[in-house]
Amino acid sequence: MIAQAHPGTGHRWWITAGVVALGCALLAGVMIGPAGPPAWRVPLEFMDRLPWVTLDSGLDAADWAIVWHIRAPRVVLAALVGATLSLAGASYQGVFRNPLVDPYLLGVAAGAGLGATVVITVNRAGSSSWWIDPLPLAAFICGLAAVILTYAVGSTVRGERTATTLVLAGVAVTSLATAIQTFLLQRNSEVLRQVYSWILGRLSTATWADVRLVLPYVILSSVALLLHRRLLDVLRVGDEEASALGVDVARVRVVVVVAATLGTAAVVAVSGLIGFVGIIVPHAARLIVGTSYRIVLPVSFLFGAAFLIVADIPGRILDRPAETPIGVVTAFLGAPFFLLVLRARRAHG
Amino acid sequence: MTSVRFDAVGVRYRPDGESREALRAFSADVRPGEWLCLIGPNGAGKSSLLRATAGLVAHSGSILVDGSPLASRSSRRRAQLVAYVPQAPVLPAGMTGLEYVLLGRNPFVAHFSRESSLDHTMVDDVIERLDLAELARRDVETLSGGERQRLVIARAVAQEAPILLLDEPTSALDIGHQQQALELVDRLRREHGLTVVSAMHDLTLAGIYSDRLMLLHEGATVAAGAAEEVLRPETLGEFYGVNVRVHRELDGTIVVVPHRASGA
Repeated sequence: MIAQAHPGTGHRWWITAGVVALGCALLAGVMIGPAGPPAWRVPLEFMDRLPWVTLDSGLDAADWAIVWHIRAPRVVLAALVGATLSLAGASYQGVFRNPLVDPYLLGVAAGAGLGATVVITVNRAGSSSWWIDPLPLAAFICGLAAVILTYAVGSTVRGERTATTLVLAGVAVTSLATAIQTFLLQRNSEVLRQVYSWILGRLSTATWADVRLVLPYVILSSVALLLHRRLLDVLRVGDEEASALGVDVARVRVVVVVAATLGTAAVVAVSGLIGFVGIIVPHAARLIVGTSYRIVLPVSFLFGAAFLIVADIPGRILDRPAETPIGVVTAFLGAPFFLLVLRARRAHG
Repeated sequence: MTSVRFDAVGVRYRPDGESREALRAFSADVRPGEWLCLIGPNGAGKSSLLRATAGLVAHSGSILVDGSPLASRSSRRRAQLVAYVPQAPVLPAGMTGLEYVLLGRNPFVAHFSRESSLDHTMVDDVIERLDLAELARRDVETLSGGERQRLVIARAVAQEAPILLLDEPTSALDIGHQQQALELVDRLRREHGLTVVSAMHDLTLAGIYSDRLMLLHEGATVAAGAAEEVLRPETLGEFYGVNVRVHRELDGTIVVVPHRASGA
């Protein structure tokens, strides 16, 4: 009998740690802010609102409105965005067998931005009252087109699909999408403000309606990706051996790319372009829990949610009453981290 | 035990629009429990036949396992019948030996499910029988060539497929590890009644371990039979373009030795 841990044992501990971290981040997120009640009173108020619990938190209606209608949707939205970008990043890395890619570097985010710009320029009156909002849908379609283009370009470079050619192709596709977007904006300068507020994101003015807008896409994408975590481990031996082991590689790749792109496009539609989350979180997860996607995916999901909530906090208080965009905070942390990953890879061979 | 029948199997590659025939009308009957070894110079079509059988390249003709065509099977079902050990297996950094062997259970695990306790017991058993307990704990990237090969064979054994395809299983190993790996395959073949089809470069080893040799040249079968029938100096000279001497040991082993023409 071999007394050693099978993959799966010990993972539960990390999932629990992730849930606890997410809980703490959620709590910190609703407690901290530039205005509103003293932080320590907020948890009391939440407990008071539980059934069969009566506590005097000392919060008045205005305080509660700040907590529930301003902070809470923002925190929940940050959690959804962080979880989705991290999970999508880890999944792209698995399915392309390339540790350097994330939704941002593959051109998905820029493609989604272009899709949203097209909808805004064509339909200036606004479409939020439509039965199905075309904005996330257009973002998804253009995001998907961008990742397909990146993959196609990256794989035709002399037939060798190295980690770097894929990233370079992503850079080219990003530039192309951004160029078309700029062209459209110059010809329709009256929607400039609308598009820019979309690109920069509206995490800071998030409402429960935004949460409701992205939630179905996030659930769909996350469930699809998490279901593929074992198959992503099989793909690590390469396309040939994976298909000799009975995996339909092409189908897994299509489903994972579509699911990851759907999630990314949906969250980018509310959060704007937030870079590097999809690289930082999965790589940090690998450092702690090992390289198996079975554990990297759920851990990235949980810690990604917690990470973005926490990364959003300095933005609220550093420069108050002005806001530092969250994309600035993640890029500030992410760019050096990306260089470290690149260095570590080079040292590896 | 399972038989394989190759019926006019052909493989074409189209790298730049221009199609190249890698294998032409290959036919053979492999008996249950037999070890068939394909030999021939580089580009003869050995790997193409193995890759076609593993379902990695399209082929013409038919490959029948116990009488029913492989091509009609789903990729999962095919993987339950045929285990493939490639020439240069990928061992992903950060994966433990145990996780690697567990990949062999993939054909038996439902798409979105995970391995059952039965799968885990089976893998533990393979690891124990192949004496890999120490390697199972290690990162596969840190293993030596011989250790890697044992682990890859273990993965194929965990796959429980009655047919084992080996593409140059010993090309990256020193002579000791070559023997070790082939002895392991032979032992497994006897214990599990595996039918083995391999491609090999070392002609002496090919003759020692296999029941039958088939010599391929430019996609065509040019000689087939027992070692002493195929490993002849004139045959090898014609198709490999080599100058060799073939010795027959007292125990019947055929030994192929390169020969340097005198006066050179």
